Amino acid sequence: MTHQKTSINRRSFLKSSALAGGGLMISFSALAKFDLEDKVSGLDLPDQWYELTGYIKITPDNVIKILNPNPEFGQNVMTSLPMIVTEELDAEWKNVTVEMGPHDSVKLGPQFTGGSNSVRMYWKPLREAGAAARNMLMQAAAQTWNVPVEEVTTKAGMVYHEKSGKSGTYGSFASKAAEISIPKGVKLKDVKNFNVVRRSQKNVEGVKIITGKPLFGLDYKVDGMLIAMIEHPPAFGLKLKSFDASETLKMPGIKHVFSQKLYEDGFEQGGFDTRTFNDLLVVVGNTTWQVMQARKKLKVEWELAGETKNIIGTQKREVIIPGELESTSTQLAKMKEYASKPAQQLRKDGDPETAFKNAARVIERTYTAPFLAHNCMEPMNFFAHVSDDKALVAGNLQAPGWSEPTLAKLLNLPADKIEIQMTRMGGGFGNRAYGHYIYEAALISKKIKAPVKLVYSREDDMTYGIYRPMYTATYRAALDANKNLIAFHVKGGGIPEHPIHANRFPAGAVDNYLAEGWQIPSNITIGAFRAPRSNFNAAAEQSFLDEVAEAMGKDPIDLRLELLKRAKEKPVGKNNDYDADRYAGVLKLVKEKSGWNNPENKKYSRGVAAYFCHNSYAAHVVDLVMRDGQPYVEKVTSAVDCGIVINPDAAINMIEGAVVDGIGNALYGGLTHKDGVAEQNNFHRYRMIRMHEAPKKIDVHFVQNDLDPTGLGEPPFPPVFGAVANALYKNTGNRFYEQPYILQLNKTSRA
Amino acid sequence: MITLNINKKNYNVDVDPETPLLWVLRDTINLVGTKYGCGIAQCGACVVHLNGEAVRSCVTKVSRAVGQKVVTIEGLSEKNDHPLQKAWIELDVPQCGYCQAGQIMSAAVLLRENKNPTEKDIDSAMAGNLCRCGTYLRIRKAIQLAAEIQRKGK
Repeated sequence: MTHQKTSINRRSFLKSSALAGGGLMISFSALAKFDLEDKVSGLDLPDQWYELTGYIKITPDNVIKILNPNPEFGQNVMTSLPMIVTEELDAEWKNVTVEMGPHDSVKLGPQFTGGSNSVRMYWKPLREAGAAARNMLMQAAAQTWNVPVEEVTTKAGMVYHEKSGKSGTYGSFASKAAEISIPKGVKLKDVKNFNVVRRSQKNVEGVKIITGKPLFGLDYKVDGMLIAMIEHPPAFGLKLKSFDASETLKMPGIKHVFSQKLYEDGFEQGGFDTRTFNDLLVVVGNTTWQVMQARKKLKVEWELAGETKNIIGTQKREVIIPGELESTSTQLAKMKEYASKPAQQLRKDGDPETAFKNAARVIERTYTAPFLAHNCMEPMNFFAHVSDDKALVAGNLQAPGWSEPTLAKLLNLPADKIEIQMTRMGGGFGNRAYGHYIYEAALISKKIKAPVKLVYSREDDMTYGIYRPMYTATYRAALDANKNLIAFHVKGGGIPEHPIHANRFPAGAVDNYLAEGWQIPSNITIGAFRAPRSNFNAAAEQSFLDEVAEAMGKDPIDLRLELLKRAKEKPVGKNNDYDADRYAGVLKLVKEKSGWNNPENKKYSRGVAAYFCHNSYAAHVVDLVMRDGQPYVEKVTSAVDCGIVINPDAAINMIEGAVVDGIGNALYGGLTHKDGVAEQNNFHRYRMIRMHEAPKKIDVHFVQNDLDPTGLGEPPFPPVFGAVANALYKNTGNRFYEQPYILQLNKTSRA
Repeated sequence: MITLNINKKNYNVDVDPETPLLWVLRDTINLVGTKYGCGIAQCGACVVHLNGEAVRSCVTKVSRAVGQKVVTIEGLSEKNDHPLQKAWIELDVPQCGYCQAGQIMSAAVLLRENKNPTEKDIDSAMAGNLCRCGTYLRIRKAIQLAAEIQRKGK
């Protein structure tokens, strides 16, 4: 992989600003000027690449290379982000080659893959970069031909001067263009005139993927590389006491066995520095199999970790981690106990207490969902080669910008001596935003003074933590004598954090509204999991709205549209975190496209759900049938509003994937524990959805508009859970309150 | 010393005969197209062909491959033009891509044995291949398209 370093202080072009909801956003100037010196010294053989902006390189032979800034984990930014550049550059997509960019926040921006933010955050900067480069090429041509730049035009990688009939390739002007200072404020194309964006383009790595080329973190290899694995404690709440490696060291190919601390006492952790175990028992050897075998010979004594403390952030916030060995049964009991205690008020509109007191009918339902493992198809792994004065780390990670400062602290190296290379990831889902395995690999390499690949077995991966939290929520709806919805109350809790988004629908649509949250600390570590919190909320809330609709004698889509109309015309309260028109838009579209009232569809048990998260709107109608005595989702109709769709077919692929993922997790997914020990540690016990369980058909429809693109990785996922629950109700006559739904399905079928 | 025939080429490797073929391919021979997903034959990411049969290389000892013909994703076709590979590109199947080699290797055996598989045949044959990203619908379609490409002799 190529990389370029500049002598420019990498922090000099960063600007930071606070986000409204909390958190820090780091923006960047893509339009930096580079000295010719830097360009030439950074060039790699064999071609002379002229770098016009951080993303675009052009050779004299008119080969255009565009760098993808954001780490790739299947969301296909490797294709969509370069498409955006290509569009404004006015080059031909088929003449563009794409390469994964290095970690370089000055030239390439925040490079954070997560929160469904890649396209949304890079939309404007990439368009500007492409447009600026096109402008520089036009200026270069104008200078060469000695004509006014206003008379120069471009088309598909060529520059033209119609008046004189002169023309030339971008490549022929690239070296001259590289000397021109990058213009700011160049006019962008009208989105209605796009040639590349809004048209389906094939995955730029498709051929490599299906021919087995080395692409993934686990494929990364250098000469002399050793393999390391960590023997983790068998339970949350335990730590390393002592070990005897005498048999292990006799095993073939084994080089080292040692224990290593990850963080020293008092280490200030960043938000993504979560780690489950701090004292690491490391085995290093020549090959993966040798290390896997040698681990089995370790004689280890574990002891209770007891209560521990994490120090979070520069504010040095202390978080106490309890020491108990937790079991799912006690966790469930504790959640029930906390659910009846007072909780933190997150939002209140009107007078819900009185409304509930005076209600003609109160509907109250409680929903629960278990810890979920990310289960990326590629287990965690990372490469590191650390020496006294520099470090190279390479592998799968979603947030190099967050990992780098921690690495710098742990290795005691300045950031510009740390090179981070990003490989293609076999799945992320949020798990790879957390860098513990990067730091572990780096510390191991530093200790053994050799390049090393740290590998997690599937068992290591599935039992390590960083799970989707365990959640519960109790919903209450108050109806008056005319069956009007007069109050809505959600009290949600979780281990170790609650799921509540207090300002989301139906907040804003109901006069009296109360949202509360509570949490129970735990030593089971958690992390962002595809649409955090939303992935539970949409299941609970959307199932609940179904029941409320039934109690009100209304069609579930009609009820939602009525509430959204209310939220639009006479909104309740402030900060309602959704656009009621766009939310209603996906519901109307899915109603139409699913043939919601079409008598032909009566053969299906239909469930509907809609949700807004990560800036986009999604609605699904799930069509369930009985097949061999088991409910089966045969067909799904999806409606999505994510603004401009960059790469339509790839976007459809993602939504299909989110639907399948949602069905699988809703029906089957879940981790349970007994005395801190995972009861599922591989796929024979943790059930994943398989092909025969996936729908026959998923019909995806986009709301057509010209709004700036918003996220797509997460938004379609949460409402699938709710739609499945609602379809199951139609099919079985029973409501489903506990995930995974298969547990209740199996109980029912046995009865 | 063990001699293995992988993708029509002979390799002499110095490995414990108990080593799973998967790790010999990945760590010793440097053919990394075959993937590690679970190590217990549950996910299918490691599927290779042993004398034309689909086997899970994570639980297949390398000793079993001695004197046999092994084909991995890298050797499925010489010009990246196996009907499945053509269909996979035509329908732009992959998301993260990690499971896809195993999917194609399993599907290749299905298509060899069943020139006209029904959806049910496909679901049944592919039940052992997990896709975490959920590309199952596209895989199904790609297998059907590949069968068509195969039938037309393209």
